[in-house]
Amino acid sequence: MSSTTTTTTVGTIGAPSRRNTELAMLVFAVLIPVFAYINVGLAKEGSVPAGILGYSLGLGLLAGVTHLVVRKWAPYADPLMLPIATLLNGLGLVFIWRLDQEPQITTKQLGGALAPGQMMWSTIGVALFLGVLIFLKDHRVLQRYTYISMVVALVLLIAPIFFPAKFGARIWITIPGVGSLQPGEFAKIVIAIFFAGYLMVKRDALALASRRFMGLYLPRGRDLGPILVIWALSLMILVFETDLGTSLLFFGLFVVMLYVATERTSWIVFGLLLSAGGAVAVATFESHVQTRVHNWLNPLELLNGGVTETAQAMYSFGSGGILGSGLGQGYSRLIGGIAPKSDYILATVGEEAGLAGLMAILLLYGLLIERGIRTALAARDPFGKLLAVGLSGAFALQVFVVAGGVTGLIPLTGMTMPFLAQGGSSVIANWALVALLLRISDTARRPAPAPAPSTDAEMTQVVRP
Amino acid sequence: MNKPLRRVAIFCGLLVLSLLIRVNWVQFVQADELKNDTNNRRVAIERYSQPRGNIIVDGKAITDSTTNDSGDFKYKRIYKDGAMWAPVTGYASQAFGSNQLEKLNDSILSGTDDKLFFSRTVDMFTGEKQKGGDVVTTLNPKAQKAAFEGLGKSKGAVAAINPETGAILALASTPSYDPSTFAGMSDKDAKAYNALQKKNNPDDPMLNRALRQTYPPGSTFKVVTAAAALENGLYTDINAKTDSPLPWYLPDTAHQPLNNEGNIPCENASLKEALRWSCNTVFGKISADLGNKKMKAEAEKFGFNDSKIDTPVRAAESVYPTDNRPQNAMAGIGQASNRATPLQMAMVTSAIANGGKLMKPYMVDKLVAPNLNVVQQHTPEAMSQPLKPENAQKLQEMMEGVVKNGTGTNGQIDGVTVGGKTGTAQHGENNKDNPYAWFISYAKTSKGTPVAVAVVIEGSDTLRGDIAGGRLAAPIAKKVMEAVLDGKK
Repeated sequence: MSSTTTTTTVGTIGAPSRRNTELAMLVFAVLIPVFAYINVGLAKEGSVPAGILGYSLGLGLLAGVTHLVVRKWAPYADPLMLPIATLLNGLGLVFIWRLDQEPQITTKQLGGALAPGQMMWSTIGVALFLGVLIFLKDHRVLQRYTYISMVVALVLLIAPIFFPAKFGARIWITIPGVGSLQPGEFAKIVIAIFFAGYLMVKRDALALASRRFMGLYLPRGRDLGPILVIWALSLMILVFETDLGTSLLFFGLFVVMLYVATERTSWIVFGLLLSAGGAVAVATFESHVQTRVHNWLNPLELLNGGVTETAQAMYSFGSGGILGSGLGQGYSRLIGGIAPKSDYILATVGEEAGLAGLMAILLLYGLLIERGIRTALAARDPFGKLLAVGLSGAFALQVFVVAGGVTGLIPLTGMTMPFLAQGGSSVIANWALVALLLRISDTARRPAPAPAPSTDAEMTQVVRP
Repeated sequence: MNKPLRRVAIFCGLLVLSLLIRVNWVQFVQADELKNDTNNRRVAIERYSQPRGNIIVDGKAITDSTTNDSGDFKYKRIYKDGAMWAPVTGYASQAFGSNQLEKLNDSILSGTDDKLFFSRTVDMFTGEKQKGGDVVTTLNPKAQKAAFEGLGKSKGAVAAINPETGAILALASTPSYDPSTFAGMSDKDAKAYNALQKKNNPDDPMLNRALRQTYPPGSTFKVVTAAAALENGLYTDINAKTDSPLPWYLPDTAHQPLNNEGNIPCENASLKEALRWSCNTVFGKISADLGNKKMKAEAEKFGFNDSKIDTPVRAAESVYPTDNRPQNAMAGIGQASNRATPLQMAMVTSAIANGGKLMKPYMVDKLVAPNLNVVQQHTPEAMSQPLKPENAQKLQEMMEGVVKNGTGTNGQIDGVTVGGKTGTAQHGENNKDNPYAWFISYAKTSKGTPVAVAVVIEGSDTLRGDIAGGRLAAPIAKKVMEAVLDGKK
């Protein structure tokens, strides 16, 4: 802590570890959800909820253990990411628990109370986080698994086709005895590893072997191959799994990483053209997509005489206003079913914490994303840079697609809000994602080893006249 | 690779920024609109989170609120003697909305009215929950009860007015319904509501027959025809012989005679005698002699052809149409295309009883804030002057004759001067359906004229002729008048 350098993560020799900063912020990250939890209890029942001790201890313990592990195994890691993830996860638990208090949406058919399960998944997520930090000493090891990652990603993406659709989208696999998993959440990490490894090797060929045409660099056909394959694949996901979000996520991820790797703006232009073309083509014959777009353009329209989920979410936001109704005092359960706990959890945030609370949450996401990209900037190896920007980019796209969909900025796609929304796969995968970012940032910010003492230095004499 | 990385960072920043702008747009700019959207259930939840104000009759609430623990809505409306008061209160249902007074005065009852701003502000500071105000009606519970019980199982309606102020004293309609049965939103409520709908119940119990249903007025319309004759100077002396041949043929027809009910002395009968016996020939000829234009003008002075009679519940429009000569002659005896609501006929009676001045009918006396401050008070106002006072006197004399020794003797009350007119309106093609029995009347004491009443009974057995009105409707009118007079003693 003796250094006077600023908080930048760009590694200069002697950068502070900032572990104590992290600890201080972790205290807030635990206290805020605990207070929120008490607040909900007071609002709903008029008394401090019975589970408060368990919840505080649980969250505190998770935060404490993660902090100690980071201190030991990633001492130079970014100090902001862990507190933000803890805070978002903790608040998510509070919101899910708060929605569990509504009997109408906590029926047996809807799986009953979901907060205990989410607590368990969070613990597993944190365990995976710890595992990554402890066992992955250097992220560059992952380069070796480039093509294995590709295979794994494809398997994860294609697997849901063989399982029945749930809630209108075919994005689940059901494992007897374990429950449902959303492999797409894990696929996003694995595919970022594959892209980073592939592009690190191919970047020069993609960047340089191209012809200039009307100010754009047109790549060679064989280099264009992979992007076309990924584009086609993302459209296939869209068509067969009716999953707009995931396809958008993977395609965007690929374009962003390609752009960073090659430094060629033309890739962005191609990406936009292809995605626009693909979206229009699919929208013309896929009724699912048309419905989403229609709902987006007419958010308050009645359907069969009833109010749609989209409209209910808009009412939630509107009724929340600037300061919100207060935790536990909103009616976001009107969205109905399991949706308020999963895809639409932001509606509850918007209604009960108001515009102020929602903006705070969005800024937390923004901060986490920017810290991830900062990590990419700071990383010294191209693989680390690409992986970090890939993971942060995927995270950013997911936040944008979900939050934009729920608030009516863009058509709705069924995806989970990282950390906040109910969903085991999501919370586990995102903890792993943060662990990888922390590992990269640790490597990036670690002081370079002191130069070996030069024997010449002693022998050289300055001869003064 | 750092340059594109910085651009990606900016791009991600823009994504978050666009989200921030969007939520500001939704939660700040659009917030009020979304918050108060009619489909936003929170509006209804808020509304039912407190007991509704009450509708008051004679100092007592005829409505109440009860808590129901299930569902979103904490309070539910209940009604005391719901079926009897339904034509006045209307209903307020969580699932099916509201109508009549419940709807028109909703902002007072639910406490959101701007007139309650002061009381709401005080509540805000004292931390009390928002409360609803009360609606104080002009109705007379005894008269209402007499009307409702008098109608009994038959289909019909009663409207009673205080001629001097226009205050509505009774407004009964049968068959009726109890609004309490569907005030909630359970399946039971839905079932009850559906069973009351016209398509499921041919009796149409939710129809407010006193205000919202028009009937051919039958012979009761002859008082309007008589008023037109007097006002236009066709006849001035009600005891002088009129120029009324018997048989009398409808104008512009191939000798189609207008028949009287039975063999009654109608030839050249005086106005008074003609009304007493309810002579179709005399009044048909008066209408024909005056012509459609003058008849229509007089009817309109009594409130016909006015689509905006708000009590404040709007009454259906009673019509006296522009018509050809034979039809106009028939309209003069209330038997053609002219139609009237029971309220309209009560208004006709009250104008005659009130010396020719028609007061605007109303049933809400005042609106009261939760702290009992009066926020709005009705002052009686004149609507029109269909008759000169001296002509009103003459008509009263004629109507009193009807009750004293004419077709309306069933309306007599000991020690009280009663004027009335019976009516039996034929309806249905070729007269095949059961007729409507009418009776309109007023009661006069030395202290004034406190009540005018119109009674109509639909499709009553096979009795024909003016006897029906006198036999079926007059006793009900009598009981209603007695109930009002009892209170005045």
